[in-house]
Amino acid sequence: MIEFRSVTKRFPDGTLAVDSFDLVVPPRKTTVLVGSSGCGKTTLLRMINRMIDPTSGSILIDGEDTGGLEPVKLRRRIGYVMQNSGLLPHRKVIDNVATVPILNGTPKREAREHALELLDTVGLDRSLADKYPRQLSGGQQQRVGVARGLAADPNILLMDEPFGAVDPIVRAELQQETIRLQEGLGKTVVFVTHDIDEAFLLGHQVVILQKGGHIAQSGTPAEILAAPANDFVATFVGADKRKRALHIQRVGDRDVVVDENGTPTGVLQP
Amino acid sequence: MKWLESNLDLVWELVLAHIGLSVPPILIGFLVSIPIGWLANRYRPSRGVILVVLGLLYTVPSIPLFIFMPIFLGTPLLSPVNVVVALTIYAVALMVRTAADGLASVDDDTLLAASAMGYSGWQRFWRVELPLSGPVLLSGLRVVSASTVSLATLGVIIGVQSLGYLFTNGFQRNIPAEVVTGIVATLVIAVVFDLLLVLIGRLLLPWSTPDRRRKATRRTTPALVAGGVS
Repeated sequence: MIEFRSVTKRFPDGTLAVDSFDLVVPPRKTTVLVGSSGCGKTTLLRMINRMIDPTSGSILIDGEDTGGLEPVKLRRRIGYVMQNSGLLPHRKVIDNVATVPILNGTPKREAREHALELLDTVGLDRSLADKYPRQLSGGQQQRVGVARGLAADPNILLMDEPFGAVDPIVRAELQQETIRLQEGLGKTVVFVTHDIDEAFLLGHQVVILQKGGHIAQSGTPAEILAAPANDFVATFVGADKRKRALHIQRVGDRDVVVDENGTPTGVLQP
Repeated sequence: MKWLESNLDLVWELVLAHIGLSVPPILIGFLVSIPIGWLANRYRPSRGVILVVLGLLYTVPSIPLFIFMPIFLGTPLLSPVNVVVALTIYAVALMVRTAADGLASVDDDTLLAASAMGYSGWQRFWRVELPLSGPVLLSGLRVVSASTVSLATLGVIIGVQSLGYLFTNGFQRNIPAEVVTGIVATLVIAVVFDLLLVLIGRLLLPWSTPDRRRKATRRTTPALVAGGVS
C-alpha cells in the first residue's frame, strides 16, 4: 500500500506542481493517475521512488515513511517503466533486464538466467537477448522496459506513460499484456497517462487530476462514468460525447447498443 | 631512399622518441579533460568561461610556450618534460570542449532511467554517462592524437629529440630525402595512432558501431524478429 499524506511539491522556480495531495493506493491493484499535462501526475509518480522529494507532507509505503529511506536503495526495490523505454543503449537487452538485480548484488550469471525467463514473461523471443536496444522495434523496447521493471521482483511497479510513443495497435497489445501481468503477478501498479480510455481499461482505481494535483474524482471506472463528480470530469471522460452516450435499440429479439448517432457499437448478451 | 637506407637506425630511434613524446600528452590530456568537462557541465554558469579560456590555450604560440616551460616548471632546459607538458596543455585545450559536449550528449531520459533503476550518482557516471559519451570522446581523441603527433615535431627547436630533427637537419644540410622521410614518418605515426584509436573504439563501444553482418541477418530472417512481437 502506498499512501500520500498532504503531499506538496513546489519546484525551485515557484511552480506549485502538487498541492496538498492525499491518496491511498491499494495493494495488488492498478491505480491510474490521469490528467492533462501540467496536472502533476508525473511529479506524483516520481515522488514515490524519491526521484523527486516532496516539499512537505509524506509518502508511506506499507506504513513506512519513504522520507527516512535511502533513495538509491528505495529505487532498487520499486520497478520503473517510462516512455521511450529508457533502456541503456550500450547494454544488450539481457543486460538491460538484469540491471537492477546486478545492482542489488545478484551474481551476473544468475541475474542473466532470470532475465531470460523475464523475456518469456513479457512475450519476447529469447533470440533478442543479445541485441542492442536500437535493433528492436518501439514495442519490443517497451516490453524490455517492462521486463527490466519486473526484474528485481518489486512489489510496486511505476509506469510513466509507458505506451505513449508506440503506435495504436502495439499499444493495444501492450495494454492487454499489462493487464495480464498485473493479474498474474499481483503487483501494485501506479500508472500515469493522459489517455482516459487507457485509464479506464487498466485501472482498478482511476484518479482524475486537475492542475496542481487536485483530485477531480477518484473511483472505479464504472463509478466515474456513472456519476461524474463535476463538469470537468464529465468533459474529461467524454460523458458528454457521442461514444459514451449509448442507448439500447431492439432489433428482432436482440438488444443492440447504439451511440447517439444511431451507430451500432455492440449487442447486449443475455 | 638511399638516404633512408643508410640512416635507418637514426630514423627508428627518432620514431620511438617521437612516440614517447606524443603518447603521454594524449593520455594525460584525455584523462584531465574529462573531469574538467564534467565540472563545466555541472556548474552551468562556469561552462562558457572554462571552455573558452581553455580553448584559447590552443592559440598560444608553441615555440614561446616550449621556451617558457622550464621557467614555469623549474625543469632542465633540454628536458623532454617541457615538451610533454606543453603538448598536454594543447591536448587539454582541444579535448575539454569535446569532453563537455560528449558528457552533455547523453540522453536525459537515459540518465533519468538509470537513476530510477537505482544507480547511485557515482555508478551512473562510470557505467552510464562515461560509456555513452564514448563515441564523442573518441572523435575528440582522434583530433588530439593527430594534433599532438604533429606538434611533437616542434620539440626539436628546444633540443628535444623527435622526428622534427629530420626537418631541421635536412633543411640545413639541404637533404630533401631527409625532410620527406620526416614528414612521411610523422604521418605514418599519426595514421597508426588513429587506426589504433578506432580499433579501441570498436572493442570498447561495440554498441555504437553498426554491424553490417548483424544487419544482414536481420534482413534475411525477419520472421525471427517479428516473432518477438506476437
